[in-house]
Amino acid sequence: MRTKVELANPNFDSSKIGEFKNVWVFCEQREGKMMPTSFELISEGRKLANELGVKLCGLLLGDNIEGIARELGGYGADEVIVCDHPLLKTYTTDAYAKVICDAISELKPEAFLIAATNIGRDLGPRCAARLHTGLCADCTHLDIDMPNYKDFLRGASTLPEDRIEKLGTIMLKDNETGKMVAHDVSKGLKMTRPAFGGNLMASIVCPRFRPAMATVRPGVMKKNPYDEAKAAAVTLTKYNVKLTADDVQTQVVEVVKAAKKLVDLVGADYIVSVGRGISKDVAGGIKLAEELADVLGGVVGGSRVAIDSGWLTADHQVGQTGKTVHPKVYIALGISGSIQHKAGMSESECIIAVNKNDTAPIFEIADYGICGDLFKVTPMLIEAFKAAKANK
Amino acid sequence: MKILVCVKQVPDTSGKVAVNPDGTLNRASMQTIINPDDMNAVEAALKLKDETGCKVVAVTMGPPPAESMLRELMAMGCDESYLISGREFGGSDTFATSQIIAAGLDTIGIEDDDLVFCGRQAIDGDTAQVGPQIAEKLHLPQITYAADIHKDGNTLTVKRVLEDGYMIIKEQTPCMVTCIKELNTPRYMSVSGVFETYAKPMTVLDYNALKDNPLIDKTTIGLNGSPTNILTSFTPPQKEPGQMLEGNDMKTCEKLAGILVEKHII
Repeated sequence: MRTKVELANPNFDSSKIGEFKNVWVFCEQREGKMMPTSFELISEGRKLANELGVKLCGLLLGDNIEGIARELGGYGADEVIVCDHPLLKTYTTDAYAKVICDAISELKPEAFLIAATNIGRDLGPRCAARLHTGLCADCTHLDIDMPNYKDFLRGASTLPEDRIEKLGTIMLKDNETGKMVAHDVSKGLKMTRPAFGGNLMASIVCPRFRPAMATVRPGVMKKNPYDEAKAAAVTLTKYNVKLTADDVQTQVVEVVKAAKKLVDLVGADYIVSVGRGISKDVAGGIKLAEELADVLGGVVGGSRVAIDSGWLTADHQVGQTGKTVHPKVYIALGISGSIQHKAGMSESECIIAVNKNDTAPIFEIADYGICGDLFKVTPMLIEAFKAAKANK
Repeated sequence: MKILVCVKQVPDTSGKVAVNPDGTLNRASMQTIINPDDMNAVEAALKLKDETGCKVVAVTMGPPPAESMLRELMAMGCDESYLISGREFGGSDTFATSQIIAAGLDTIGIEDDDLVFCGRQAIDGDTAQVGPQIAEKLHLPQITYAADIHKDGNTLTVKRVLEDGYMIIKEQTPCMVTCIKELNTPRYMSVSGVFETYAKPMTVLDYNALKDNPLIDKTTIGLNGSPTNILTSFTPPQKEPGQMLEGNDMKTCEKLAGILVEKHII
């Protein structure tokens, strides 16, 4: 059924940017447990709120979830807006989008961050469309202060200094007068994200509307150290949720957890990944990777080829369409190193590559490369690492 | 009943990607393909057509060459197609793009037993935003990340994938579904399909065709109607080349283990 959803505040106008204040983070929970990426976003949100000199608020939706709200304070939230309602127990686009858009229309935050999970990427665009504001997808870096942003560009881009120095305004045609108008973006949210499979990076701004919204890639933002005293001091505010069964058309029949424990690539310190190079003996190649990962206390990942060929399940995928990882050590076995793979692992502290082809692009970003057959080299690596660890 | 499938022609980013000196993408040097997730959306629609005999309509927004993609899709089995194309639509971000496509779908007409299918995301932008934004603007319920779709009367039952499992969701038509590659394997064009495709109707919806739709306004389309703007785009610097170890025998492996221990990496 097609139904237009009205905002709780009928006078809401996203273009009156002076009325908006504070940074909000959507704190995603599933089955009453906070998603770890919520703490990453709260930590990043703290940085942005400090640069703006405003409050950082967590927005928490669920049923009976006040008990998990306080922990968000420990990572940097000044306030948690708790939206408690039985109809919010399980995620539905209808119910969550309505409550979030209602709250934003009434309380008017200037920036709103959402984790780019499958739920966040369902929710974000729906809310941005209803609020008539800008949303940047799957961001990997956020800034407020212009000098910090320029420093970031100096390290992360190949832009010449004179182009970096000039940044500060954006020229847009005024819809009323038709004249070009300069919009100052020096204090606005600058949202940086990869595009075209990671070949290009783009920094996006939202100068004319609020809140500036971003979905943020899980695993990218660093978590603050947990502070017990701040958790105790956090303000909990109950939001008056206006929701009836008629607002929720979607019927969730069941929620099924994956039977197998999924691999935690994002939290791993050591990752051994396999790619096309294991094709002649898939089971043997995966077994070697597992053994090497065991020696290091790590986990096994895979390139897109390994997942698309069905050798490993999707939770193992590293890359632009998989997970972004930054382990201490990333070992790539038989992975050529496509741009889409590199987009997910190039930030690893130490990259080791084993590949038969000495011109494989993976060697361009590897700290250490061994040119050879992974089926011969890996058993020797296992032995050498075992011995080295035993002799420490 | 009909299914409106939204598709996009994209540069093939799996091959060589050429970047201009100013940091923009050199599109002219790249092959174009039908966005992979959109192919799964087309296949899902054609499967339902096989089951129910419904009509499948392919809709795209893009420059005139996107016509060749629509002909391919009609050769696969789509019954008709629409190309939304106009200078006024250029420079649109996801908000403005979804506004224009929603106006296009509204012009074609959405009946109570219709469906809108989209791919999860396009490989050029990877935003996954246009599908849900079309749904919001047409006031349609949405289901994203669909890995399985069943239709029984006007009820759709969808397996919606999460990172740690899945949900089974029921939704009434009309609604919007975004499709992922796990859903199906797209079919090929058939020989008879290739012969028939030029006899099937293809309509161009330009600015004049859409300008009276309430969704179309200078403040909601094109560069000016886009809430987000690009401040700058850039290419990341190449990392300093690492060390290629000599040989590939036990000595090499022991040397590497030694370096890692010395640097407290393992």
